[in-house]
Formats: sequence, C-alpha cells, structure tokens
Amino acid sequence: MNIHAGADHMQPPLLDVHDLTVEFSTRRGMVRAVEKVNLTLAKGETLGIVGESGSGKSVTSYTVMRILDRAGRIAEGSITFGGVDVGNAPEAQVRTLRGREMSMIFQNPRAALNPIRKVGKQIEDVLIEHVQAQPSNAREKAIEVLQAVRIARPEERYHAYPFELSGGMCQRIVIALALACRPQLLIADEPTTGLDVTTQKAVMDLVVELARERNMATILITHDLGLAAAYCDRVMVMEKGRVVETATAEAIFRAPQHAYTRKLMRATPRGGITLRDLLPEEVAAEMAPLTTAKPLAGGPSLLVVENLIKEYPRPSTGSGLARLFGAKVAPPEPFRAVDGISFSLARGESLGLVGESGCGKSTTSMMLMRLLDPTSGRIIFNGEDLANISAKTFARSPWRSRIQMVFQDPTDSLNPRFTAARSIADPLMRLGEPMASAALRARVEELATLVGLPVSLLDRFPHQLSGGQKARVGIARAIALDPELVVLDEPTAALDVSVQAVVLNLLQDLKQRLGMSYIFVSHDLEVVRMLCDRVIVMRSGRIVEEGQTEAVMASPKADYTRELLSSIPHPPA
Amino acid sequence: MSLASTGTTSAREGLLAHARHIVTENPVTGLAFGLFALFVLTALIGHLIVPIDPLVSDTAAALQPPSARHWFGTDQLGRDIFARVVVATRLDMVIAISSVALVFFAGGLAGLAAGYFGGWTDRIIGRICDTIMAFPLFVLAMGIVAALGNTVTNIVIATAIINFPLYARVARAEANIRREAGFVQAARLCGNSEIRILLTQVAPNILPIMMVQVSLTMGYAILNAAGLSFIGLGVRPPTPEWGIMVAEGASFIVSGEWWIAFFPGVTLMLAVFCFNLLGDGLRDLVDPQRRL
Repeated sequence: MNIHAGADHMQPPLLDVHDLTVEFSTRRGMVRAVEKVNLTLAKGETLGIVGESGSGKSVTSYTVMRILDRAGRIAEGSITFGGVDVGNAPEAQVRTLRGREMSMIFQNPRAALNPIRKVGKQIEDVLIEHVQAQPSNAREKAIEVLQAVRIARPEERYHAYPFELSGGMCQRIVIALALACRPQLLIADEPTTGLDVTTQKAVMDLVVELARERNMATILITHDLGLAAAYCDRVMVMEKGRVVETATAEAIFRAPQHAYTRKLMRATPRGGITLRDLLPEEVAAEMAPLTTAKPLAGGPSLLVVENLIKEYPRPSTGSGLARLFGAKVAPPEPFRAVDGISFSLARGESLGLVGESGCGKSTTSMMLMRLLDPTSGRIIFNGEDLANISAKTFARSPWRSRIQMVFQDPTDSLNPRFTAARSIADPLMRLGEPMASAALRARVEELATLVGLPVSLLDRFPHQLSGGQKARVGIARAIALDPELVVLDEPTAALDVSVQAVVLNLLQDLKQRLGMSYIFVSHDLEVVRMLCDRVIVMRSGRIVEEGQTEAVMASPKADYTRELLSSIPHPPA
Repeated sequence: MSLASTGTTSAREGLLAHARHIVTENPVTGLAFGLFALFVLTALIGHLIVPIDPLVSDTAAALQPPSARHWFGTDQLGRDIFARVVVATRLDMVIAISSVALVFFAGGLAGLAAGYFGGWTDRIIGRICDTIMAFPLFVLAMGIVAALGNTVTNIVIATAIINFPLYARVARAEANIRREAGFVQAARLCGNSEIRILLTQVAPNILPIMMVQVSLTMGYAILNAAGLSFIGLGVRPPTPEWGIMVAEGASFIVSGEWWIAFFPGVTLMLAVFCFNLLGDGLRDLVDPQRRL
C-alpha cells in the first residue's frame, strides 16, 4: 500500500490523463470507445482498472501507450507522462518512451513471445536495443533478469523455447522483457486471464513485489474485481467508456458508491452466497427461489465411470536411423492424460470436475461425451457400457441424444454461417423425430424462450449476437433433445461476470425444470460451489479429492485442494 | 434447410444491401465489378451488337489502322479487329469460367477431404498435388492438350488440372484448422455424420478464402488459354480468340502495324486485371461475418 504517494503534493503525478476521449471510425460511423476519462497515477502506485468487455479499459491503456490502431484517434483531452505530452509528441519520442519508460504485458504470454527464438536471446535483444547491455555481457545480464522474475535454474531456461515453458513461466518471461529497462510505468492488460489460479497468484505476487522493489507505477487492467482489490492501491471502475467510480481498494469493497460497481460486486462469485445473490437485487426478487431438492441418494446412478484411462503415445526417443537398421528401441512409456478415475453420478445431480490446465478434466469430459475413445475403462450410462461404442459410430447411436454438451467458447462452438435458429435446429433435424418445417420452427422458438433468448434474434448470425446471447444459443442446442446428462465445459469462462451470473442461474433453473444431470467442468471453485452438489478435484489425471461441495470447500482434506482454495484472490476484508 | 425459407426475403434483401455496400465501399472493387459486368455482357450479346461479321475478310481493306469504320483497325485479311475482340470474349470467358468451376469443385473437395480426414486420404491427394507441381505448369498444359487433342474441352481440362494443386492445398489447410473447431464438435454431438459435417459445416466456412483463389486463377486461366492458342495449341484460326490474335499480330509489330496485337492484348490484360481485383469483393460477398 502506498498511501504516501497520493499525499506527495510537491511532485506532479507520473501519469496524468485529463478528459480523454477516444473515437473509432467504423462502418456505422464514429464510435466513442472512451469518454472524458480522468486518471492520475503517482510513482510506485498501483491502479486497477476494472470493467466488463466494451468498457474501454483496454482502449484507455492503449491510448496512454499510443498504440491505438489506425481507426482510433484521440478526439479530446490530454495525456501527460513524466512531463511529456504523449498525445501530441512526435512518434520518435513516444517510441523511446515505450519500452524504456513505460511497458506493457498482455493477456496471452505465448503470443507475445517469438516462438522460434530462445527466451534468453529474446531478453538479450531487448537489453541491447535499449543499450542496457553490450553483446559481450548480454548473456549474463539476461540470466540476471531471469533470476529477477524468480525463474528457477535460469542458466537452463535461457536456452528454452517458449513452447517448452508453461503459461505461467512464459508470462514471467514477458514480465522480464517488459521490466528489462526498468520502466517507470507498467501496464498489465489481463495478465493472468487464461492462467491457472495458483499460477495467477504467483504471477501477481511477482508483479507487485517487483513494482514495490523498483518504485514502479502499475496499471492492472482486469475484469476481476476481486483480483484488482487484492493487488491494487486504488481501483477505477469503468462502464461503457466512462469512469463510474474511483476509490481505494478497501473503500470500494466496504462502501461501493455507484450502482454499477455494486452490480459488478454482486456478480463476482465468492464464498457463502447462492446463485441468486449474483443477480441484481430487483432481478433476483422476481425469480422463483432456488429449490434445494437433493438428488435421491439411494436411487440407481445415471452414470458410473470405472477406472477410466486415456493414454497418448510419447514421441519415440530412439533415433529413426537406429530403428531403420533394426536396433530394438523399447517404446517410451505412454503419457496418461487420465489415469484411472472412477466416480458415479445420480439422476438430477450436478457434479463439479475441478482442476488446473492439464489435469485431464477436459479429456475426461470428451470421453464421457463419446467424442474420444478411452484407452480402457467403463462408462456405464443407464446400465449400458458406452465405452464399447466407438466415438466414430456414436453419432448414429440412439444414446447420442441422451448426452449433450455446452462448450467453453460460445463463439467457436457456433458455425459462423448458421443463423441461431439453424444452430438450435441442428440436433432436432438430425436426431429428433422428423417434423414439418413449421413445427421445427415452433420448437426452436420454444427452446429460445426457455433459455431467455429473444425470438427476434433467431435469424441472426453468431457475429451479430453478444457473448451472453451466443451462450444461450449453445445451451438451447444442448437441451433441444431433452438429454439426461449435460456436460458443461467451462460454459462461462469466456463471459463477463454479470453475464456469467445470469447464465449460471439459467443453467440451474433449467436443470430443475427439465430434470437433467450436470457434469460441470471448471477451474473456478467459487462457481462450482454455487452450482454443484458434489465436487471432484483432479490433478495429473487422478482424483485427489471427492465429496459434497460444501464439505470440500469448508474443510479440504488434500493439500492440493487447500492450495487451490488459498490461491483465489480475496479482496481486503 | 427448412428454416432458411422463413427468413428468405429479408436474407435476400440483406445480401443485396451487402453487395451494394461492398461495391461502393472500395472504389477498386466497384471498378472490378463494373468491368466484370461489362465482360459478361459482351460475352452474352457481343455477337449481336458488332456491326461487321468478324469472320468476313475484305482484302482490299487489309492492315488498316484504327479509323471511324474500323475502331481497332483491320488485320492482314481485312477482318475487323474490334468485332473479333468483342466476339472472342465469349470463348475466353467460357474457357476461364468452366475450367475454374471444374477445378473449384474437384480441387476444393479433394482438399477438404484431405484436410478433414487426414491419414491416407491426405497422403494420396498430397502426392497427386506434388506430382502436378513437379512439372513446369505451362509445359504440362501443352502436353495434355497435345496428347488429348486440340479442342476447347481439352483446354478446359488442362487448365483445370494445372490449377488443381492450388485449390487442393488451400482447401486442405483451411479444412485442417477447422477439423477440431468447437462448432464441428457440436455438430458431431448433434448426430451429423462425418461427410455431412464436411459438406455442411466445414465447406461453407472455407468459401471466402476459396473465392480469393477463384479470382486469382480465373485471370490465370484466361492467360493460359490465350497462351496455348498463341503457340498454336487449342483454339484454331479463324475462330476469334485473344491469344491467337496476339500471335497473329506479333509478326506485324516490326513493320509498324501495332494495332493487330495491341487491342486483343490490352483486352486480355484488362480481363486478367479485372479478375484479380475481384478477389476481395467476392470474398466479402460470401462471408456473412462481413455483414452488419
């Protein structure tokens, strides 16, 4: 916490943005992405800019760096950084500022690194470019930098290519690149989105620690209010291009002033609340209360998974030439993505499958969906072992309509050339009873109403729909055939929190109304807590903990579960 | 496609408005579409509007420079070059469009199958492409026409064969990246068979990129047909065709009668130019994501 920074009246702020308005010229005319934004940042201060997609948080920071694309321009206002008028300075001057005085890290660290150059060399390039090192001592300096971002065995990692490193490791390299010239300002644009929660904690701890060490100002752009509050001195909330509230992290959580901040805060999943609490009060009040009908414990299970294994062959280590000459090379041990998991699911139950990337939860769900053949094991659904039916022929199996799925990315999972109605009708046309065109349309409209998608939007293409609307199309398609089991593969990971709140409630209501069972694959324990009766925590293809959600969350038995829980960013109490 | 019928009128209006937008947004695209319309019109009604029969020779009026009566001049047999250039449009267009249509379906489907199914399908189609690419393409076309016989059909087939790898490779690469896309997985869950997924889900989505390929090879196909005629393969005199006309006029350039080769040559250039510029517009036209 840097409380003194604000009180230091003698010094002008490091960054002063005054009445900034940014416009983009588009096919529909001028669009104001940012309107009258004011912000100041002192040396060493950490500012969080929080908002949902389209709030203008990224555009604001891009404008500060002057890296707006060609369609965008500063319509009004000024940006002063360390006494330089960034808005009007010549490009050459801004170029020397970027990298040396202010630096940026992006969401996808792997995309920010050159995939065919060793990471050590990439750091050297930056050091030499900005005259921080000579070719003679660049290597040592690069290793020092790697040490500074807490990369273990830096001499070894110096020779690594980005694809050989994990996502968190890549983000550390990107941080190393951004901080190589000791900038005074670091802008972090969603630096941990897409990283696991334990990695997120490590990366954020590192950023904050380095900033404090170097008295560097930081702007953290995020959609996660909890993350911003946990790591920032001040938080600025943006909505539709305007700043709605700026306050210290504690104040914004203790007493949010603006209605939008309160809405955002309500929608953020956290301990001790129900799904309805995520929605704005007036909306929640109108909805039927959640029924807490527990699934029958004694009833026959809908799904029993027994000792499910999926192996992938590893690339052979023996040289091809040796094998050509008949040398006997033992095939390497196959990699087990899923290593013998067993569980059961009762009718009407929802089961959470939790773990970090690479734990095998997606592979498991693909096998349950029968899109992927298991190496061994049984998938007994309604008494029938579905593992005997190959994934290739399952599309024509009568069981196909009984198991459906909602995909992670609502954009990617809709054919860009199909209208919403056509996408929802697809399963009905392929697997449903043959029906006339009018009846089909009526059923599609019924489904759209069920998932809360306005019927008028049915003839639109996916790119003409918002993220939440696309998610509804995906859900309508999955429930079109009244399946008994729906696998939800991180259905809200790509959505804004307020949209996530609505979609989660919709899923819960649909489940109760249609009597489906859910398997909910997620990395977000707080979401699982609200939606699931039981939870399975996976790591490296194995189940590390299983139990009633409340019990697991309240008193986790496995160390790994405890680590996961403690990594969730907690705002100051 | 029972659902498509419900919104047809609005969809058609949307397409028209979209087409208008594409043509007006970029003046180059507008120009290319205008030129294309002119070529198509000439191909359709050209023989009706020319004032002079393109095949009638008038030796008294041989080798006349452009004048009010003979806009593009006359050739060594006294035939009107303007009439011949206009009438030749249909033949050149037919060769270009039919060979591109042929290779669009054959190469496109082969590439789709190779990219989507992988394995042996991919290997066989890939090796066929490699074999075709191993030849100098124009020499291959010459060989095919020489072997099969000197007809328009064989020019079309030869042009299609030499363009096959271009289509197959583009389609393969595009199908390959969509093989595991979310919407393809979703289609599997909806009970679609693999062939149906390939044709209804993957194929329409690679249409925009294929359209760019069409526009590029269309110009190339015209050039190829003209080139074959130029060296004496393919279309035979006295049929008017741009390539032959350039070939015939080439020997007169040294003696100062430039117009015989010049006008068919410029028309050929304009046609190739027009098709190459058409690419972006065609792509935008078939891409629903470009619509508002």
